[in-house]
Amino acid sequence: MNQQRRMLLQHGSLFSLMASAGLISLCQAQEWNQAAFSGKNVADVLRTFNTSLPENSEAIHFNAPDIAENGAVVPVGISTTLKAEQIAILVEKNPNTLAAHFFLPEDTESFVVTRIKMAETSNVYAFVKTSGKWLMAQKEIKVTLGGCGG
Amino acid sequence: MSDPMRIRATEKDGIVDVKILMKHDMETGLRKDASGQAIPAWFITHLYVKAQNKEVFRAHFGSAVSKDPFLNFKYRGAKGDQLMVHWTDTKGDERADEALVV
Repeated sequence: MNQQRRMLLQHGSLFSLMASAGLISLCQAQEWNQAAFSGKNVADVLRTFNTSLPENSEAIHFNAPDIAENGAVVPVGISTTLKAEQIAILVEKNPNTLAAHFFLPEDTESFVVTRIKMAETSNVYAFVKTSGKWLMAQKEIKVTLGGCGG
Repeated sequence: MSDPMRIRATEKDGIVDVKILMKHDMETGLRKDASGQAIPAWFITHLYVKAQNKEVFRAHFGSAVSKDPFLNFKYRGAKGDQLMVHWTDTKGDERADEALVV
């Protein structure tokens, strides 16, 4: 017990020392979720988010093409009338499901647009965390030419 | 040091629309080169944006964000706000660029 506590303290102080020495930036100090980003399917990612499959919400507007000619560059936009605290984009059939995870402070609108890679035709999920609860919208995007691999 | 980002931020009715284009290969680790060797993963993982030194946006990327990542978001702000965008990648390389809201 005591030993564990000592280990924890040592690790904690090492981390803060690294942060203050600039070895790791403050940005990295907010942890990049390794487990979530290495998830191989939607269930893996849901587990790291501590949620079951969220309910579909009409309030989430998921703007993406029906057909993407080039899987390497698929534009996706998510906006909602709810106050989004976090937004996550998941591609069901990609080698790693979670594509991006956004954190939106108080003064930031519930809106984000980015471009993602898709290995093949797949369901794409837009997860929105609002008032501590995840909701989602989904859409199937057909890919003519894959964006991963050779 | 990598190439600079392109940042465009315009204010209308109290909402600042920010568009960012980063220059980065975003290698997934799944591609192979001409000789059949796997190209190691190398992609941006963290990004944050500050306006007037206050954080307005934060993103964590996986390898599935497209090459030369693009981002568009909006925050409540004003013309003249000083923006700072900072990213870090899997090799620990980082880059920060600044822009003024017009």
